[in-house]
Amino acid sequence: MIPAKFDYIKATSIDQAISLLSQHGYEAKILAGGHSLLPAMKLRLNRPSVLIDIGGIDALGSITDEGDAIKAGANCTHYEIANSNLVKSHVNVLSQTARVIGDVQVRYRGTIGGSLAHADPASDYPAAILATDATISVRGSNGARDISATEFFQGIFTTALGEDEIITSIRFPKTANGTYVKFFQSASRFAVVGCAAVKNGNGIRVGITGVADTPYRASAVEQAYDGTTSAADHAIDGVDVMSDHFASEEYRAHLAKVFVRRALEQL
Amino acid sequence: MTTNYIGQPVKRKEDNRFLTGKGRYTDDIKLPGMAFAAFARSPYAHAKINSIDTSQAANAPGVLAVYTGSDECGNFGVPCGWLVHFKNGEPMKEPPHPLLAVGKARHVGENVAVVIAESLQEARDAAELIEVDYEELSVVTDPRQAVQEGAPLVHDDAPNNTVYDWEIGNPKEEVDAAMDGAHHITKLDFKNQRLAPNAIEPRSYIADYDVNADKYTLYTSTQNPHLIRLLMCAFVLGIPEHKVRVVSYDVGGGFGSKIYHYTEEALLTWASKKIGRPIKWTSDRTEAFYTDAHGRDYCTTAEMGFDADGKILALRVHSEANLGAYLSTFSTCCPTYLHGTLAQGCYTTPLINIDITAAFTNTNPVDAYRGAGRPEMTYILEHLMDTAALEMGIDPAELRFKNFIPPFDGVNQEGYQTQVALQYDSGNYEGTLRRALEMVNYENFRQEQAAARENGKLLGIGFSTYIEGCGIAPSAVVGSLGARAGLYEVGHVRVQPTGKVSVFTGSHSHGQGHETAFAQFVADHLGISMDDVEIHHGDTDQVAFGMGTYGSRSLAVGGSAIVKSLDKIIEKGAKIAAHKLEAAEGDLEFANGQYTVKGTDKSIAFGDVALTAYVPHDYPEGLEPGLDFSSFYDPANFTYPFGAHICVVEVDQDTGKVDIRRFIAVDDVGNVINPMIVDGQIHGGVVQGLGQALLEGVSYDENGQMITGSYMDYAMPRADDVPFIETDRTVTPCPHNPLGVKGAGEAGAIGATPALVNAVMDAIAHIGIRDIQMPLTPERVWRAMQA
Repeated sequence: MIPAKFDYIKATSIDQAISLLSQHGYEAKILAGGHSLLPAMKLRLNRPSVLIDIGGIDALGSITDEGDAIKAGANCTHYEIANSNLVKSHVNVLSQTARVIGDVQVRYRGTIGGSLAHADPASDYPAAILATDATISVRGSNGARDISATEFFQGIFTTALGEDEIITSIRFPKTANGTYVKFFQSASRFAVVGCAAVKNGNGIRVGITGVADTPYRASAVEQAYDGTTSAADHAIDGVDVMSDHFASEEYRAHLAKVFVRRALEQL
Repeated sequence: MTTNYIGQPVKRKEDNRFLTGKGRYTDDIKLPGMAFAAFARSPYAHAKINSIDTSQAANAPGVLAVYTGSDECGNFGVPCGWLVHFKNGEPMKEPPHPLLAVGKARHVGENVAVVIAESLQEARDAAELIEVDYEELSVVTDPRQAVQEGAPLVHDDAPNNTVYDWEIGNPKEEVDAAMDGAHHITKLDFKNQRLAPNAIEPRSYIADYDVNADKYTLYTSTQNPHLIRLLMCAFVLGIPEHKVRVVSYDVGGGFGSKIYHYTEEALLTWASKKIGRPIKWTSDRTEAFYTDAHGRDYCTTAEMGFDADGKILALRVHSEANLGAYLSTFSTCCPTYLHGTLAQGCYTTPLINIDITAAFTNTNPVDAYRGAGRPEMTYILEHLMDTAALEMGIDPAELRFKNFIPPFDGVNQEGYQTQVALQYDSGNYEGTLRRALEMVNYENFRQEQAAARENGKLLGIGFSTYIEGCGIAPSAVVGSLGARAGLYEVGHVRVQPTGKVSVFTGSHSHGQGHETAFAQFVADHLGISMDDVEIHHGDTDQVAFGMGTYGSRSLAVGGSAIVKSLDKIIEKGAKIAAHKLEAAEGDLEFANGQYTVKGTDKSIAFGDVALTAYVPHDYPEGLEPGLDFSSFYDPANFTYPFGAHICVVEVDQDTGKVDIRRFIAVDDVGNVINPMIVDGQIHGGVVQGLGQALLEGVSYDENGQMITGSYMDYAMPRADDVPFIETDRTVTPCPHNPLGVKGAGEAGAIGATPALVNAVMDAIAHIGIRDIQMPLTPERVWRAMQA
């Protein structure tokens, strides 16, 4: 559990972090809360030669009310997200999601930006990101841009982030009525199935994580939604369901329908 | 004897140290000039080692030495501590277990080479530079497959990978005949799955050879420092024992996994002399998963035959036990003398035959893990009982009452002679079950269950009435069964001139609370304050000898040895007191720390007697000065704690997830010194038992790669997985040791597992399901319900 050697640079501004990232390229890794990166480094599965620590950049840190949306800085910890009154009042599905990530220690250190950039297919946030139709704001050497929720997640540990881009904030449209339900993997407490659902006018939006190698919007459920829970049967329409030591494809597919139904029951 | 402390929930003296981070664990020790070791371990479960190139590693920065199995250390191997014989009388197969792999590697994680460097970082970096040319061989990981003709051979000289075959009980023909005549036979096939012990402190060793004194010191996170010294000196390295000191201060949990003499201990000790420096190695969590001896791993076929009235007629069990790639220290006695001998359970079963085949496989060695053979046997018996009750339509509690051995105290009634060699000391099995039934409010529960089923809720209740054999062990008995060590204990009591008391015990605390519980009964025996008693353990230069802590033996055996010394002290003190009081020794009584002339107010305090013993100016003629006694205590029998555990669960019909609603544990561990510590032991054991039933399990894939080698994949129970544990006790004292204690360390882990599994079976029994394999993961339960 001793990482290979690496250099450590503490960035003091977003610009500096981006320029360091451009300079070191593939050799570098951004360090936020470190709760995914450091275990991988300790097992020597990941061996960056440079760590760029963005933890001290104040500009990445706050949760603000933007009128029709709540903006969370990339460095906000899961604990801050879970306990923010702004989030609770205006994007309660996000608060519910953050509350069931990892354990207390993880929630105090892990950050929303770090989690999203890491893109573990069993992580919790993507369900809420998709269900709220959030926008991920990123910056790189070519400037800033916004990435929509549905474009951001591209595969296992793969996102739309460019090589020298970092996430700066996430913008969540206000959606007061929402819920996140999750079936915990018994060892890691990641999501075997995580389902976020929010009211959207007369309709709903549903985001699902843990089921496929890429978190997805359950469009078939959204279209079939008739105010009852019967739409849950469409939870995995058109989806390649994952299989692992904890849940076979068949069982996971079943759980997806169960947890979509439970989410719909709570809406 | 006074009883100011015995029976009181005295807060643990050692906890202040532990809770404020001031414990003294091996990895906390930093010696001047200390170097660090890192291992290159086999990535293959079975592979021929064609060559090892260490040149790059040897030239890497900071590297002091690199060793492989081709060096002298490859000639040394760690021994097995218990000889079991085949049914035909031949000794078991006992191939060498070299300190570093020689010729081939037999499990993933086996030590192939070691690097010693100035820093841990440098040692780790250099270990990655060792290049091994492996040639992969075919692999076997399952014990039932391993003993089949044609399975890959783990050791060339162990045909069919068989370590031994063994049986105990009544002749097989008699048991078969009784089975043939049975009204009903309940038969189960199951796997008692492999578990990783997961002590919170990983194994840690520092070996320090002192060239000036020509003496070795080994700091080690072990449960039995003297045993490690004995094994390493006499059986591995050939070093004279008086030249070696083994120190084991605070140890963060063991659960059995720190009993054994591991290759790394001997290797570091050997290498420390080679390089003339102290060397430290601390396992990381990954290494712990791969190399700490695992527990359980039996494939079992078990049958119980009943008459029409539900009386047990016979029990027949055949198991293949997986011992892994090499024989760990006590591995061989677990499936035999700690397992087969418990097949009587709490029942009057008249005919029993237990037949075991132990197998080598390409997996990490398996040895005793909290309960050691007894949880596996208890699981067989108790899972059979609840299943039989379901099959025969008899209430599971009633089925037990029909079959319990009637109460006996071992004093007025004789001990109970089992069909499987042991004689139980005392027991009242129906007493614990009656109490547990009261606590769960059984009749109410069955009504609640029926109502819940109407509403589509799956409630279930499961029972386990266990017995275990602990207080290990009478030396002559275990010697006749193949143990290569005696299993007595040493208790040394030194009364200081001021009347303060230092106690040296050969048993060892790695979380059990010896410093408190031992001080309680010592203080009461001498009628002094607990603050005036200090318990020392874990240093072979301080404690005369000892066999350590496992098998719930500390109080029953270690405590009894101390009592023997206390008795000698009180007796010698009486001679001094009689002299000072000018009275006859026979006229004195000793109570509350005072020797008093009976019927008078003439008395002398224990402290004054102690001072007189060390300042013997006015002193009995011919009596030696000093007040200091050491005793060996070899128990007359094992002790047999027992209990009744009841578990109530709700199964989620949608997901198969099991929610434990209630857990009731009524245990009888004999007399209780500290009820808080006993409760803590029960709680911890129950949680481990529930962990096995519901969550835990080491899995290997078809290539022998462990797929559960981290906490991301190996599910340990967490606080929110377990309910509030409702405990109570009955007290049936042990009739053959002076404290009347039986031991509480393993009870929870033995009783809990079948109670939970039986509860789940009960919850879904009406669907027609009779068995699910542990761990009862949500998917397994869900699948069973779909069938």
